[in-house]
Amino acid sequence: MNRPIRVLVAKPGLDGHDRGALIIAQALRDEGMEVIYTGLRQSPAQIVATAIQEDVDVIGLSCLSGAHNELFPEVVRLLREQGAEDIIVVGGGVIPQADIPFLKEQGIAEIFTSGTTTKETADFIRQAVLDREGMKNG
Amino acid sequence: MEKERWNERIQKWEEKTETLLAKSPERKNPFTTLSGIEVKRLYTKEDRAREDEELPGEFPYTRGIRPTMYRSRLWTMRQYAGFGTAEETNQRFHYLLKQGQTGLSVAFDLPTQIGYDSDDPMATGEVGKVGVAIDSLQDMEALFAGIPLDKVSTSMTINAPAAILLAMYIAVGEKQGVKPHQLRGTIQNDILKEYVARGTYIFPPKPSMRLITDIFAYCAKEVPKWNTISISGYHIREAGSTAVQEVAFTLANGIAYVEAALKAGLEVDQFAPRLSFFFNAHNHFFEEIAKFRAARRLWAKIMRERFHASNERSLQLRFHTQTGGSTLTAQQPDNNIVRVTLQALAAVLGGTQSLHTNSRDEALALPTEESARIALRTQQIIAYESGVADTVDPLGGSYFIEALTDQIEQAALEYIEKIDAMGGAVQAIEQGFMQGEIRRTALDTQRKIESGEEVVVGVNRFRLEQEEQPGLMRVDPQIATQQIEKLKRVRSQRDAGKVKACLDRLKQAAQTSENLMPRILEAVKAYATVGEICHTLRGVFGEYQSV
Repeated sequence: MNRPIRVLVAKPGLDGHDRGALIIAQALRDEGMEVIYTGLRQSPAQIVATAIQEDVDVIGLSCLSGAHNELFPEVVRLLREQGAEDIIVVGGGVIPQADIPFLKEQGIAEIFTSGTTTKETADFIRQAVLDREGMKNG
Repeated sequence: MEKERWNERIQKWEEKTETLLAKSPERKNPFTTLSGIEVKRLYTKEDRAREDEELPGEFPYTRGIRPTMYRSRLWTMRQYAGFGTAEETNQRFHYLLKQGQTGLSVAFDLPTQIGYDSDDPMATGEVGKVGVAIDSLQDMEALFAGIPLDKVSTSMTINAPAAILLAMYIAVGEKQGVKPHQLRGTIQNDILKEYVARGTYIFPPKPSMRLITDIFAYCAKEVPKWNTISISGYHIREAGSTAVQEVAFTLANGIAYVEAALKAGLEVDQFAPRLSFFFNAHNHFFEEIAKFRAARRLWAKIMRERFHASNERSLQLRFHTQTGGSTLTAQQPDNNIVRVTLQALAAVLGGTQSLHTNSRDEALALPTEESARIALRTQQIIAYESGVADTVDPLGGSYFIEALTDQIEQAALEYIEKIDAMGGAVQAIEQGFMQGEIRRTALDTQRKIESGEEVVVGVNRFRLEQEEQPGLMRVDPQIATQQIEKLKRVRSQRDAGKVKACLDRLKQAAQTSENLMPRILEAVKAYATVGEICHTLRGVFGEYQSV
């Protein structure tokens, strides 16, 4: 891939805590990625529409209200429905360990919880995009 | 003569210290507070900018708003609680009151806070999650079942739809035979910080400010013991600000509310005694104590000098404190009990009127009953065992605390002047000024944590290889279904014609400058829902688009 990785940082649902989303958006920019931030209160359908329109490689979902089990899988489902399942979905927020296996089963590539460094997140995204390109070309 | 001797002693002491430092340097250079104020090695009487002695209960109230403070009455122990349905939250309230809590504090779910009914598509996944779901007066009746509203004071964290939830509280009181003038409590009702930091806005600033001043005017007459607003720095701090920014932006917002009320034709001493504040108790112990003292002094001066308030109560900054949620770690969660203890102690030493102590597991989920109990016990231990509540402002006169108080006051004042120059808080927010300042600080803090410059025990130092998460509280996902069924029942049982008539009258009133509280009260009593009332107002006021 000869262009920078494009990431959509999104706030699904009604949660207003955007400190983490804003920090991750800036940190990924500092890592050389192109980042679009949706702002608050986006429905899964709005997020998917923006992701497709902006031709992003990755969607980063942030939720601290406990609605992740409902909202994150819905984003993946809509991506598949619209033939955009090659977009990698990762998530973060206040998410109990016990929910992570379910979210991964639903197609979320990784969940970053409190205490994760921005570097770890960026490294994961780069690797995941690389793996995906490898699969496409291989 | 004495001064010369003192200077000589200090000089010798410094020389001696320098030789020691040559052998073993200090841990950091410079030491700073979280606001970046340099912390000196030593503070002496030379560090006090102010000469005058202050007394508690006297202007400018730096040492506390009452002459006796906690010697007469301890702070109100008020734990924020709410989840699932009204019935479940009612049980938690009864439990907390039985455990010795002295006031209630309601957490509403996000659909309620943003004015959507539980069956609205926008509410998907959010019903009952971060607080209790309230759709109609019927839910509010269930929430306070068995709790006499003339005996408790209740704080409600509700902003954009504050008028609606206050109206419901008044209506529940009436059903219990309690008159509005007997009701005691607080609505947060602080929309400006929603635009800045918390995100549960609905309407644009202008109609939002009108709803707020309508509440001021209505309560001054009808619900005189109600705190009509809780001007909040808490969420500004949680979003990443420094202590200085927290004080500055909160008081700048306070100034905007006072100006809006004056512009709406109210007299300052008519509404200002019911303004209250809400601050964060964060990690830098001394800076936090100084912050509370500086905020009190600054507000008293603003109210007297700028707004010519003469009622003593208009000058007194009364505040609630919550310990800093963003300082809690998901790692080794029991360590959070210690963090909360230190933060709560700072709030008490800073003279808070009420306090919420966070539970140890809140970086992971809503607290379990056991965690919530430990948090309450933490306050009780500070109150009854530590002895810190037995004298007024125990740290008053500490060279360090007094110097920090002066510095925070000065730095916050500079920010306020800058905001004034922009045309006030509303304009500063519309230009994204406060938001930008907070973001910069938040990013800076993150970088310091990632570089290890700022230590977070259990996260970037002193980690455990293997961690096991404790048992967490879970909100039953079935709750949304139950809540939607309840809502449907209410809609089918109420007088639909009456609801429509009330909503029509509300709509008409919203188009004029009539006070909306009586119209909202009427609609609520007819069992119009939060979503229906907000939808009616959205139709007139429009919705805020974030900058």
